Amino acid sequence: MLIDCPYCGARDSHEFTYRGDATGTRPDPAAENAGEAFHDYVYLRDNPAGDHLGWWYHGAGCRQWLKVSRNTLTHAINAVRLARDEVKS
Amino acid sequence: MLPHMRYSVFKVLRDGLTSNRHLQPAWRDAVPKPHYDIVIVGGGGHGMATAYYLAKVHGLTNIAVVEKGWIGGGNAGRNTTIIRSNYLLAANEPFYEWSMKLWEGLEQELNYNVMVSQSGIINLIHSDAQRDAYVRRGNAMILNGAGAKLLSREDVREHLPFLDFDNGRFPIKGGLQQPRAGTARHDAVVWGYARAASALGVDIIQNCEVVDFLFQDGRIAGVKTTRGDIKADKTALAVAGNTSRLTSKLGFRLPIESYVLQAFISEGLKPFIHGAFTFGAGHFYCSQSDKGELVFGGDIDGYNSYAQRGNLPVVEDVFEGGAALIPFLPRLRYLRQWAGICDMSMDGSPIMCVGPVPGLYLNAAWNYGGFKATPASGWCFAHTIARDEAHPLNKNFRIDRFRTGHLIDEKGVGAQPNLH
Ligand SMILES: Cc1cc2nc3c(=O)[nH]c(=O)nc-3n(C[C@H](O)[C@H](O)[C@H](O)COP(=O)(O)OP(=O)(O)OC[C@H]3O[C@@H](n4cnc5c(N)ncnc54)[C@H](O)[C@@H]3O)c2cc1C
Ligand SMILES: [Zn+2]
Repeated sequence: MLIDCPYCGARDSHEFTYRGDATGTRPDPAAENAGEAFHDYVYLRDNPAGDHLGWWYHGAGCRQWLKVSRNTLTHAINAVRLARDEVKS
Repeated sequence: MLPHMRYSVFKVLRDGLTSNRHLQPAWRDAVPKPHYDIVIVGGGGHGMATAYYLAKVHGLTNIAVVEKGWIGGGNAGRNTTIIRSNYLLAANEPFYEWSMKLWEGLEQELNYNVMVSQSGIINLIHSDAQRDAYVRRGNAMILNGAGAKLLSREDVREHLPFLDFDNGRFPIKGGLQQPRAGTARHDAVVWGYARAASALGVDIIQNCEVVDFLFQDGRIAGVKTTRGDIKADKTALAVAGNTSRLTSKLGFRLPIESYVLQAFISEGLKPFIHGAFTFGAGHFYCSQSDKGELVFGGDIDGYNSYAQRGNLPVVEDVFEGGAALIPFLPRLRYLRQWAGICDMSMDGSPIMCVGPVPGLYLNAAWNYGGFKATPASGWCFAHTIARDEAHPLNKNFRIDRFRTGHLIDEKGVGAQPNLH
């Protein structure tokens, strides 16, 4: 599996560390339903058979976090973006 | 229904002398009926064992097991066949020990040779800290009647003389042994339960994929399948790595992610390994099949996948682990490699419960270790379905434990399924 890092180019997946699902947003701990919201955020997953968004860390390359859209049935990678471009300021 | 032919030495002799002309199918390949009391989705080990114990122990026989492919074609027929009850936590160990007891009598119970071989398992120790952890685990095993033995380095040498005891980085310092552990013939377990369940009246329906659910009065009332609708009072899921796909039809999410686990088989060698053993410094476990092949595996492929085939980085990793332990491993030829889809949960432990939707029963999250659980999973899930409440042995496998904080995390790695 090759991951096309926007900074380094296409590299073997061996160079990366996988962190997991990248669709969740950390809930507001001050919100009234924070307990329930954190349960969902920490434990529940869509776990799709098809397109999946995941965090990958390019540890043996540019050492940046990437957000990768990958098909879990075929392992085809549809899009790779730098995580910092995704983070809301 | 087929007459329930008993297997015996005399039958083998008679069939041999008559050129096997009188062999009969071991179980009925059924056509779906419009309604059952209970529909079990998934014809793996767990689904089939559940059907058998529902019929045998609870007297419920109007049951269908629906399987999208062929029975035993999922993880039940893809695993590395190790059975053991060497867990630490009180929520797990009594359940796995009950499974071990059922394995010990399974062939007599089913009148079927599932090739249970109690040749033992040894978890190798490479450091003082690891010995402390294994002493603690061994004590938990002894308290639960599973039995355990702490082995010195010389004891290990007697069992496994070919290991690299003086490896520069990970010398072997000892081991924790469960002498009652071992291996069983994985797909024969499915066939044995299928034959016994079928003889009690259970319908086994293959090539029948569940694609959605039927509803009535706010309850699940059966399944929509590629072979038509099947109504049922109770619908039970035992689909391992595909659980989230089905529950997504019900609009809820699970504390589960699906990952690939690979297995590897070497060429046949003379028998030299008795029982299974595991590396303590990397992820590698190994046994030798009755045909002489080394059967081994290691880590799951580290990212979500439903592809049912593995990738090369883990192949490399498993072989590196193996070579660090068995110096001649790189000189062997390798015949086969395959993979299955594991339902990895957020604390590494199973889920078996009533609900969470009325009419539904859930059996999932077996991670990469549900083969050994097959008999007890069937036993407890049958109880859960028949009585509408958990059996004492699966009462901790609740789905709401993630909400209440009663996690069962053997490894203590947290909500990171690819690390369990
Ligand atoms: C490579 C590998 C090695 C392993 N090694 C071990 C080991 O050494 N020891 C151990 O204890 N465990 C091991 N495991 C884990 C163990 O195999 C599983 O946890 C266990 O088999 C899961 O339960 P099952 O047998 O019911 O699953 P499966 O056999 O996967 O049964 C589920 C069935 O559901 C069917 N299904 C799925 N979706 C649908 C649908 N929509 N409609 C109808 N049917 C459907 C599937 O086709 C499948 O047959 C290993 C797993 C793998 C992949
Ligand atoms: Zn990079």
